[in-house]
Amino acid sequence: MTGPVLAALLSHWRRRPFQLATLLLGLSLATALWSGVQAINAEARKSYAEAAGILGGGGLSELVRTDGGMIPVKTFATLRRAGWLVSPLVDGWLSADGGRVRILGMDPFTVPQDTSIAATVEPSLYPELVGKNGVLLASPATAARLPDLEDRLRAIEDLAPNIVLADITSAQELLDIAGFSRMFLAPVQPLLRPDLASLAPELAIKPPATANDLGRLTDSFHLNLTAFGLLSFAVGLAIVHGSVGLAFEQRRPVLRTLRALGVSARRIVLCLVFELLTLALVGGALGIIVGYVMAAALLPDVAATLRGLYGATVNNALTLSPLWWLGGVGIACIGTAAAAANGLWRIARMPPLSPARPRAWIMASGHAMRWQAAGAAVCLAAAICAVTFGGGLVSGFVLVGGFLAAAALFLPTVLSSLIAVAARWSSGPIGQWFWADTRQQLPGLSLALMALLLALAANVGVGTMVASFRATFSGWLDQRLVSDLYVTVEDEADIPAFMAFLEDKSDAVLPIWHVDAEVMGAPAEIYGVVDHPVYAANWPLLSALPDTWNRIAAGRGALVNEQLARREGLSLEDRLPLPGGWTTAVVGIYSDYGNPLGQVVLPIETLTRHYPDVDRSDFGIVVPEQNSEALMAALTEEFGLPADRITDQGAVKEFSQSIFERTFAVTGALNVLTLAVAGVAILTNLLTLASMRLPQLAPVWALGLTRTTLGRLEFTRALVLAALTFTLALPVGLVLAWMLLAIINVEAFGWRLPMHLFPLDWARLGALSLGAAGLAGIWPAYRLARRPPADLARVFSHER
Amino acid sequence: MNAKALLPLLLCITHSLAMAQGFAELGQTSEGYALPDPATRFTFPDDHGPHPEFRIEWWYVTANLKDADGTDYGIQWTLFRNALSPGGKPEDQAWMGHAAVSAPTGHLVAERLARGGIGQAGVTASPFEAFIDEWRMAGPDLATVSIAAQSHEFRYDLDLSSNGPFVPQGEDGYSVKSFVGQASHYYSQPFYSVTGTLTLPGGEVHVTGQAWLDREWYSQALVQDQTGWDWISLHLPNGEKLMGYRLRDRTGGAYVFGTWIAADGSPEPLRVGSLEMTPIEWAEVAGRQLPVAWDIAHEARGIAIRAEAIYPQSWMGTLIPYWEGPVRASGSHSGEGYLELTGY
Amino acid sequence: MLLDVHGLRKAFPGSERQITVLDGVSLSLDAGDVVALTGESGSGKSTLLHIIAGLEPTDDGSVLFDGEDICLMDDGGRAALRRNSISIVFQQFNLIPSLNVRQNLVFHARLAGRAASVDLPALATSLGLADHLEKFPEDLSGGEQQRVAIGRAVASEPKLVLADEPTGNLDEDTGQAVYDLLLALARRTGAALLIATHSMRLAGAADRRMHLSHGKLTE
Repeated sequence: MTGPVLAALLSHWRRRPFQLATLLLGLSLATALWSGVQAINAEARKSYAEAAGILGGGGLSELVRTDGGMIPVKTFATLRRAGWLVSPLVDGWLSADGGRVRILGMDPFTVPQDTSIAATVEPSLYPELVGKNGVLLASPATAARLPDLEDRLRAIEDLAPNIVLADITSAQELLDIAGFSRMFLAPVQPLLRPDLASLAPELAIKPPATANDLGRLTDSFHLNLTAFGLLSFAVGLAIVHGSVGLAFEQRRPVLRTLRALGVSARRIVLCLVFELLTLALVGGALGIIVGYVMAAALLPDVAATLRGLYGATVNNALTLSPLWWLGGVGIACIGTAAAAANGLWRIARMPPLSPARPRAWIMASGHAMRWQAAGAAVCLAAAICAVTFGGGLVSGFVLVGGFLAAAALFLPTVLSSLIAVAARWSSGPIGQWFWADTRQQLPGLSLALMALLLALAANVGVGTMVASFRATFSGWLDQRLVSDLYVTVEDEADIPAFMAFLEDKSDAVLPIWHVDAEVMGAPAEIYGVVDHPVYAANWPLLSALPDTWNRIAAGRGALVNEQLARREGLSLEDRLPLPGGWTTAVVGIYSDYGNPLGQVVLPIETLTRHYPDVDRSDFGIVVPEQNSEALMAALTEEFGLPADRITDQGAVKEFSQSIFERTFAVTGALNVLTLAVAGVAILTNLLTLASMRLPQLAPVWALGLTRTTLGRLEFTRALVLAALTFTLALPVGLVLAWMLLAIINVEAFGWRLPMHLFPLDWARLGALSLGAAGLAGIWPAYRLARRPPADLARVFSHER
Repeated sequence: MNAKALLPLLLCITHSLAMAQGFAELGQTSEGYALPDPATRFTFPDDHGPHPEFRIEWWYVTANLKDADGTDYGIQWTLFRNALSPGGKPEDQAWMGHAAVSAPTGHLVAERLARGGIGQAGVTASPFEAFIDEWRMAGPDLATVSIAAQSHEFRYDLDLSSNGPFVPQGEDGYSVKSFVGQASHYYSQPFYSVTGTLTLPGGEVHVTGQAWLDREWYSQALVQDQTGWDWISLHLPNGEKLMGYRLRDRTGGAYVFGTWIAADGSPEPLRVGSLEMTPIEWAEVAGRQLPVAWDIAHEARGIAIRAEAIYPQSWMGTLIPYWEGPVRASGSHSGEGYLELTGY
Repeated sequence: MLLDVHGLRKAFPGSERQITVLDGVSLSLDAGDVVALTGESGSGKSTLLHIIAGLEPTDDGSVLFDGEDICLMDDGGRAALRRNSISIVFQQFNLIPSLNVRQNLVFHARLAGRAASVDLPALATSLGLADHLEKFPEDLSGGEQQRVAIGRAVASEPKLVLADEPTGNLDEDTGQAVYDLLLALARRTGAALLIATHSMRLAGAADRRMHLSHGKLTE
């Protein structure tokens, strides 16, 4: 009996292939965007976990110097000889093609067995690791970025990307440092050990580092992606909801007949569930394939972004677990169920001989509006609570999520009121009918319009953030890049000759000397500046003392970047503890966009006094009258500096900006995709409504409106709704942008950006959304205008 | 002692590799190192210290101990030195420590590794000190030392003092290890008496007994077809001592050599063919069959000793695993000692 | 002559052969005529009314309204005719659900540009809808809805009212009342009225009766 029932139900799709295609399109798009984003996030998180596992010892506590300095080898030996099972690590960065690479020196002899290092490195490699010119381990991709070390590098497939693993002595040699950065504390310690304080009072036990540390840094990025994934999923569901609802409604006569022939409602529902499940599986499978392709296409950009912005490393290639595939199919099924639940419920309760009333199907949704408004209030309350009582990145995202959800849920109510106002102002019967009818159509279109609102608001919000960032960033770059040429001297012995050579050829030679160190418990960079007016003139300070630059000139105090100041709650005149166990005063805070690390700027004499091993090879040169090309030529030809050691300002700027652009390439792509899906949602919903609306339109036609007029009105309606939605999306998007800039960015990156407004972008987006709605509306309108009169007349003669 | 030759290999092979493979690799890597010379005579205390020009070296203490109730215990304290490359520089040395306690309640083992040159492990001859991490064997000289070692589940602190001389093994300390001539420098101190404390999971135990130190250094390992070895040291009545080792080869044959040490410390080599070491009882330990009871026979000296493991499960589950534990001797001579079994 | 239908033919495609619904139908109405059109269910009454209203094309024949042939008009012309001169009352009422009773009543008149001349209170009172003006169609009973439809039809002051089984969805008493109302209002406004019905009793109240059977019209 089930067979014929199914055959009767499924025959519907054969007669309406377009509807079937729409349904599958919605399902696939929803699944694709969702699972694509999940794939990217999963890959990134896996890479973080790998990296954190290697760098952080996989859950082991560590011993570190409380002042952030290096631990002498002697201290290590003292601890071991007292029974403390510790294992030394040397941590630092190597410059490599495409950005720096983390180098981790470890001691194969003492590294605890529970660490990821011990799990990653085969003991058979130990003999080659230790000793002079010991091998360096890196993933093949990372190894390829270090051509200078080609002879010593050994490719290890499983190693986390962007990490070089080496013996402590090799790492010390490559980083040109002595001592150890930190020490693993083995989880199991022997019976008798003296107190740490009696052995090495300058050391402290630090709880295990986890993937969360890197995860927190990149959370905003991933939440951003996830938000887009969710958004697209919701938008895709709007499509599915429309198609499924229509298919159910159109098959009411069939269902009624089946019921009259003795098929139970239960069996019909089961058959429909089976049908939906099949569709969900097909659509889900298609979506997963598309999602995979999408993720694979976007991942290199994502990886480059994460590397450039956070120093976090992600594999360029996707390796997905079966769980991901299952998850994709699962989300397709859940989505279908959510979209179809309403329709199934109605069919289950349908009296056997109820007439088909597509209108009622739409009307009933109208009652949902009140509930949606209530839901919106709840979401808004949650958002306000999050920002009032919470703190940190998560509550920032609750705020954004709650606000967006509230805005979307309020949309139908607001639109309805706006249309009511418009109806009151309109004169003439057609206007009156148009507005009344538009308002009544709203429930059927509200899901698609909510989707459009979210897509538009996200577009405005993220677009404003990115553009604000871009504007601020380039302005800041222009100021910060005070030198015209950037030069790396090969041998420090050449420096006096170099300075002498430039004596009369340049306005200033500014050392860019720095050490990588740990400041207040996190990796940081410490730079030195000479006393030169160019800094005071060009360096934008967020907060400064009246005599900041005088103090620096006098060799007192330090500047810190905004990230460090925010992270550690530093303000002017605070004491700043620095590696080596000394402190100085904070005399200024500067913005430092795009840098994940904390940064400290010291007077150069202070830097060299406390850190004699500072890397002294980099210089910036201020060239008179912008004559940098001539000086470049002179440096190479007369002084003999290789050309690849000289970079001009333009190249530096270009490089920085290219990192920036890649950072937001993914966001841009997702933005466009979401908007496109929202467009498809509107199209399918309009088509759905169009076929249900004939009984509404026929009487108006019978009263003397031509089909062309009706078509034109239908088209206008799509445009009006899109325009209204865009108008409402604009403030929502701007509030979103403000939240991203003032709350999310501060939590995630540690810097706050000023908000710039870009009305031209809005105009373009407005035109785009009108265009999308127009495209979506023109086909149903055209079909209506060309509808044979007999179709309309049939409304009067046939029982509905 | 001898099987210990295998152990420094751990830095070159993984424990998952077959032992035999390890043998094959070692034999070929003595280039650049000093080789034992039959003409060399020991000079003390200098020779108590390290000989970094040789590849492999160890300080190996085993002790048979009893508590007040007469319960048997055994301990092992071992420091291995293995050069990673020739030249004798401290940073080119790898160090490995093994410590174990055999008790009625079980056999407890610990292992430590260290690189040279950073103060984590090393040996000085005078005043004598050998250490890796907090494990130490130290004294004014090697005749009077304290040894200590610990893990998270046991600890021992023992005082050793000898009432006899250091005893050269083999021919004046030149100990041949195969028919083709591989050899080591080898001496022992078998005359230690011991008092001290064991800290076991069940509590502290005060113990007394006797200990045996082996010192050995060389550069070549076993020849290619040798698969492992069995070594035994025995404290016999009236202060007499016996050492014997047996190097097994792939064909089932063996190279057996030993030393009879009189109570005054004078050694008598028991040359190839005269000493017999025959496994007579096997036990399953750590999934393998191991000979835990032996007949030790030397017709000319009237030796017919049965040596049986006191705790047959004395398995050393270290990176390179082996068996090492106390034995009880009966037969022509009664007594106690230590047995080592490797390559099984 | 207000309406002159001549030689109308209309056939629909059937499963095996065409089904001829109208086979050379001719009729004529003068202003103010009240004519009942009877016939079995499916005899083609609705089709005939739809063709007269310009809702459906004809296969052959002519429909002269005020001397102009509807069949030769374009879509706009036919729409204008319905807007200004011909009102239709349907069996299913076909009110506009998004508009309330007041708006529905004057809707057609406003389309025709005659809203000013509608005396809404009087119309509502005569329809018995004075208390229902702010309600929406879905809140009304069938009889009430049809009274709104009739009110809408006559309020635009058409020359011709076409009623297609206007009481078909109503019980007998309500149907009779609605029918009486329709006749009364038609006579009062002077509009010609062509009512399709299968009830001989209701048809008896008309000035003339025509019977449609097997595509032929007999008086």
